[in-house]
Amino acid sequence: MTGVPVVDEKPEPKGNAPLGGDNASTARLGDRLFGGAATASGVIVIAMVTLIATFLIVQAVPALLDNQENFLTSRAWNPGGDQPGFGILEFLWTTVVAGAIAMLIAVPFGVAVALFLTQYAPVWMRGPAAALVDLLAAVPSIVYGLWGLITFAPFFRPIQGWIESTFGWFPLLAQTGITGGTILFIAVVLSIMVVPIVTALSREIFAQTPLAHKEGALALGATHWEMIRTTVLPFGRPGVISASMLALGRALGETIAVTFLVSSLPNGAAWTWSLFNGGETFASKIANNAAEFSNPSRTGAYIAAALVLFVLTFVVNSIARIVIERRKAFSE
Amino acid sequence: MAKRIDVTDLNVYYGAFKAVEGVTMTIEPRSVTAFIGPSGCGKSTFLRTLNRMHEVIAGGRVEGKVMLDDQDLYAPRMDPVAVRRTVGMVFQRPNPFPTMSIYDNVAAGLRLNGVKNKKTLDGIVESSLQGANLWAEVKDRLNKPGAGLSGGQQQRLCIARAIAVQPQVLLMDEPCSALDPISTLAIEDLVGELKNEFTIVIVTHNMQQAARVSDRTAFFNLRATGEPGRLVEIADTTKIFNNPSEQATEDYISGRFG
Repeated sequence: MTGVPVVDEKPEPKGNAPLGGDNASTARLGDRLFGGAATASGVIVIAMVTLIATFLIVQAVPALLDNQENFLTSRAWNPGGDQPGFGILEFLWTTVVAGAIAMLIAVPFGVAVALFLTQYAPVWMRGPAAALVDLLAAVPSIVYGLWGLITFAPFFRPIQGWIESTFGWFPLLAQTGITGGTILFIAVVLSIMVVPIVTALSREIFAQTPLAHKEGALALGATHWEMIRTTVLPFGRPGVISASMLALGRALGETIAVTFLVSSLPNGAAWTWSLFNGGETFASKIANNAAEFSNPSRTGAYIAAALVLFVLTFVVNSIARIVIERRKAFSE
Repeated sequence: MAKRIDVTDLNVYYGAFKAVEGVTMTIEPRSVTAFIGPSGCGKSTFLRTLNRMHEVIAGGRVEGKVMLDDQDLYAPRMDPVAVRRTVGMVFQRPNPFPTMSIYDNVAAGLRLNGVKNKKTLDGIVESSLQGANLWAEVKDRLNKPGAGLSGGQQQRLCIARAIAVQPQVLLMDEPCSALDPISTLAIEDLVGELKNEFTIVIVTHNMQQAARVSDRTAFFNLRATGEPGRLVEIADTTKIFNNPSEQATEDYISGRFG
């Protein structure tokens, strides 16, 4: 607990004035102020997360109780009305798969860029290039959406065609007839969007690898890459995991770019495992239908969907925490 | 397996700055050679040229010749990675890999060399830790992090890591300067044992240490601040401490300056 003043309770010898007796040592104003402020911030953050969760649950439960369909396994989406029936399976699938593919692309690529910037690039290039990456991380997502729609989509279409005709026998890559705004396309745009995040944070931690460790590896006869593998990567591992979690959080929750690009499916469209299918993510579904929030029961259905997204990010973050904690003794 | 080092007229530069000038010396195999001298005299810099670690720092380069027996360490086609596998190094501050266990720290160099056989690794890890006088203290916790050991144990772990790859030469850059007297004594005893197998070069600020552990001592100095460091003289340790040839050496070891 911060904010508790440290009191030195050594008894003073009789008759002597206390050392530096300004009566301030037990409760210095600055200590109390900053300690209190830090404690308050911590409490507020926890309270906010709790309140958000409470809000989501309170709003979602009535709608869920009226729900005629299985919320987790149904693909129907007919909220509101007398017989509301809605399930999130399709959004869950699209969100998770698009997020996972985006990570599969973005994390290795982002880490590679970070390694290049910290370990390989000429020194004069490191500063400016790093500033550029940081800038890229701050580009608003609508810009990626526009770029994806106007520039990248026409470029991606023939690639998708080629994959479909070559690997179409594989269920995940089967042809669906949908050419734009497919799950894979969304995933690729998301990955481009989050690479700068992974890079910026990984670069920060890779650059902090102590020279002593790197020299230790080199003195054992490690090549440059072996040195990176034995010192820089393990040292940066917790940071890379944190960076990936932030990036995944953004990818899962990304709204505007996805809403912009995605091909939504008609209600009752046939199920397919293909990544070349369309389909809404949680965020895009909610955003696309914000106009429908006409009554509490309708709204509750969308809030229930948001609750799942909330739980999803919570679970992913917890797993990452556990992974980091388990190796804590091995990270100084 | 210990080798002799012959250095001829070596200059060391960092960029345009000449850090060390005109060093010529012979380092005998199976012996301990100590480098002493005031701070900034280039003894550590020179030490790093013996396994090309100075090249890790941007702009580091040398002129001159370093021969390891009949191999020229600076021959155009010589790979610095190969040099460092032959000439090992222990640093001023203990630097075990923090993400690795004690076992993995010692095995790190072997694994870099492609040794995968568990039995071979087990054997070399044990003999290296024994060689570094650390086995008895850590044999029951080989899978615990190396960074959890005390400073002196960490330094011996680093020595075990260095000798596990069977180098010809072991360079030690002030290996005791971050350690307490007891740990220092343990390292000094170890140096005395290791010289039966390796050629050892040790940089030290502690003249008593040089007198205790070394067979030969080299005294480095610089004429003035900003001038390159140079080798003043190298001779048997007893001669340097009792009857040096140069006045500067005499002044330094008797504490008249520095």
